[in-house]
Amino acid sequence: MSTTTLTKKDYKSDQEVRWCPGCGDYAILNAVQGVFAELQMDRAKTVIVSGIGCSSRFPYYMSTYGFHTIHGRAPAVATGIKLANPDLDVWVVTGDGDGLSIGGNHFIHALRRNVGLKVMLFNNRIYGLTKGQYSPTSLVGAVTKSSPSGALDNPFTPVSVALGAGAAFVARSVDIFGKHLQDTIRAAAGVKGSAFVEILQNCNIFNDGAWEHVTEKGVKDDNVVELRAGKPLQFGKEQNLGLRLRGFDVEKFNIGSEGGVDDCIVWNPATPNPGLAFAMAQLNEREMPTPIGVFRDVERANYEQAVHAQIAEARAKHGDGDLKKLLHSGDTWTVS
Amino acid sequence: MSTGQSAGGVKVQVVEEVVIRFAGDSGDGMQLTGTQFTTTSALVGNDLATFPDYPAEIRAPVGTLPGVSAFQVRFSSTDIHSPGDAPDALVAMNPAALKVNLKELKKGGLIIVNEGNFGPSDLAKATYAYNPLESSDLDGYQVVRVDLNKLTKEALAGLGLDTKTTLRCKNFFALGMTYWVYSRPIEPTLKWMETQFKKRPELIEANQRALKAGYNWCDITGVFQSRYEVPPAPLTPGKYRNIMGNQATALGLVAAARLANLQLFLGSYPITPASDVLHDLSKYKQYGVVTFQAEDEIAAACAAVGAAYAGNLAVTATSGPGLALKGEAIGLAVMTELPVVIIDVQRGGPSTGLPTKTEQADLLQAVYGRNSEAPLCVIAARSPSDCFDAAVEACRIAVEHMTPVILLTDGYIANGAEPWLLPAMDSLKPIKAEFRTQPEGFQPYSRNPDTLARPWVKPGTPGLEHRIGGIEKADGSGNISYDPTNHEFMCRTRADKVARIANFIPEATVKGVQSGKVLVLSWGGTYGSVAAALESCEKKKQSVGWVHLRHLNPFPRNLGEIIKRFDKVLVPELNLGQLVRMIRDQFVVPAIPYNKIQGRPFMTSEVIEAIEKELG
Repeated sequence: MSTTTLTKKDYKSDQEVRWCPGCGDYAILNAVQGVFAELQMDRAKTVIVSGIGCSSRFPYYMSTYGFHTIHGRAPAVATGIKLANPDLDVWVVTGDGDGLSIGGNHFIHALRRNVGLKVMLFNNRIYGLTKGQYSPTSLVGAVTKSSPSGALDNPFTPVSVALGAGAAFVARSVDIFGKHLQDTIRAAAGVKGSAFVEILQNCNIFNDGAWEHVTEKGVKDDNVVELRAGKPLQFGKEQNLGLRLRGFDVEKFNIGSEGGVDDCIVWNPATPNPGLAFAMAQLNEREMPTPIGVFRDVERANYEQAVHAQIAEARAKHGDGDLKKLLHSGDTWTVS
Repeated sequence: MSTGQSAGGVKVQVVEEVVIRFAGDSGDGMQLTGTQFTTTSALVGNDLATFPDYPAEIRAPVGTLPGVSAFQVRFSSTDIHSPGDAPDALVAMNPAALKVNLKELKKGGLIIVNEGNFGPSDLAKATYAYNPLESSDLDGYQVVRVDLNKLTKEALAGLGLDTKTTLRCKNFFALGMTYWVYSRPIEPTLKWMETQFKKRPELIEANQRALKAGYNWCDITGVFQSRYEVPPAPLTPGKYRNIMGNQATALGLVAAARLANLQLFLGSYPITPASDVLHDLSKYKQYGVVTFQAEDEIAAACAAVGAAYAGNLAVTATSGPGLALKGEAIGLAVMTELPVVIIDVQRGGPSTGLPTKTEQADLLQAVYGRNSEAPLCVIAARSPSDCFDAAVEACRIAVEHMTPVILLTDGYIANGAEPWLLPAMDSLKPIKAEFRTQPEGFQPYSRNPDTLARPWVKPGTPGLEHRIGGIEKADGSGNISYDPTNHEFMCRTRADKVARIANFIPEATVKGVQSGKVLVLSWGGTYGSVAAALESCEKKKQSVGWVHLRHLNPFPRNLGEIIKRFDKVLVPELNLGQLVRMIRDQFVVPAIPYNKIQGRPFMTSEVIEAIEKELG
């Protein structure tokens, strides 16, 4: 093992990055390379797996091992890699179309099993590589090439899908929130089971401004609430807004005129019941703030470790299998 | 045939072979009964072949025609390859079983029929407007009517079992009867019951009593005019095991992983008739086998691609509809040149088709069924025990040539059984699995000059970090390339790599005459039927040669030369003509198709007839 300290540059491959100028993916790539350098990730043991779409070009730009697979199937390929060699650190890069439409099945099942994969889903609410059709996260009414009269499908909220699938670690960040994004990726990197990170990402060509209510100065403070463990859900330019529970609903209120800081929900991502995390994921973005941060972070049995534990147990019980014994088992007889 | 006297005064006839079919409702345990008869016959030393034939419905409505489940066993004192055409004996548990199977029974054959199930409602369910037992339908057969329900109840009286449980033992009463008729020992089955029903001891006693009662009933009542004996077959000396095709496939994969010194990975999704490969491998954990029951066929194939990328011996097993779903992932394995073994246990199609019936109609899907030019190696197994060798061969080619390999078996050989002469361990040749670890001069798409295989690199290897994927690769570096001439070069190289496998596989051998009028060219699970047909040709000294193909893409190098030595090429297949198209295409000869697509294997007589038609 080399003891040289790796810098961010060392995680860049020799390939020219070919996203559109101004694409949110550049910021994400930069954040990931920054975190990898900070954590001194072993390039040889890191595998980045992707599907198809703009985001899925990601592995080519990293100096680790990389596998650019087929549309929607990255979690399945990554599951095979992780099961085959649990020592590898396996990351999946996907998008809203790749991960939630064509690959929705693999996405939920990887999270359900809690395979040790870090899944980063770049959500730009549009199909970019096929030049602008509505995606499973596009809003109702979205006018796109394939929905000139407005999209009719009700969108998925990726965080809700992940929580519904039983994911143990679920977080959300934003492409241009450099520090928050790095903090979120770093938190995901430390997870043993599945870690899911939705990254709100701007496609400046086909869906520019899809997240401007979250990212624009002047409005973002009132439109974003940060989920921080042990902290009250307090937000707004003057930290004058809060979120509290009313029955099973989350309610926005003015701190001062309508209640005190003590009324705010104190965030606990480790609570066993995913109900509140789900309620936060389901907040109506037109009337309520968009939560970012860690929605859920609980311990669950890790799939590939359980698979290999069964194998180890069988070996401990029956010894390392003898091939001859196996072939010669069952009903046998000898002809002389 | 020789005859003797049994203790009870009944004549014992020594016969060369017998074909018996057990038929009943799908809940009657016919598959279990047939399997026990098979195992016992194997222990007696007979050569044998079986044909399980059961409905797709787990429990079709009781007593109806679609619910009939049958198991045919042919046991012989000579070398045999197929489960036989027409049965000599039929055990019919109900009117539906009689109705479905009677037409295939040999004239004069023996029928053991459970008359306890021939009430008016039983007859109605089988759409009989009359009682066949009282009709002329059974004229010309030896019919033994026996009320299995009543006799089983009597035999089990005092055990305190409820009627339903008691009646479920009647299949073993019937089995006991057949053991008596065909002079088989009952001890192996009695012993088997002790382990089979270990968790429910009351069932050990009940089933053992039923079996013994059936055997003794024949001895006491003297209703049979004859008993039969089939002496042991002159099998090659050695240790044998009775094996079904899917079991042999699973064992072959474990063996291949050992021979290659690799961890075996199976990604699979349940599908009839392939699921037993998953079931068996999931039991072999102490062999380091990783099994992954995926969320769907696509994920199963993708996980196998991922495992191959990570350096495992990666396999996915399925049947035709699953192969269709896996197509894109297999294309990825072609593009990334990873060794993945895809097992297709073919069944009747298209679409859901006939899930529990056999067919050979996935050959073209295997060879050509992917987008664009996506060549890979295709091989086929020919019999239940041959699935072992075929699985090892598939893994060897995949790993040594860095290519996906599709292994075709079929429902008939997957579920059929035969005695397997266990291989000597030192006869199993190691598989060369080499991983590149040397960083100097490394290029992900450099090539072995002989095989054109690219290097296999395990992620985790320092200094060899690289990126691969489904986008076209630049020759050598493997970087993304849209260069037109590079694309053509890579397409041709991938094709050449697969074509060169022919330099490493055995040449085809001709059985029968080496040149002459008709060459029979067959593949896969039709081996047994064609082998028996060829024996008939040889006896008649007909001008017929036979090649049975293991390798379907590429073909053995000398196949074209063999074809030229014959006036005609006859290609029997259980489809509408698939290999025949490939032969016509590659060798530009007017190969003649002979096809059957009924969900059932060829009868030997059908193949003989087809050959004789061409002989003129």
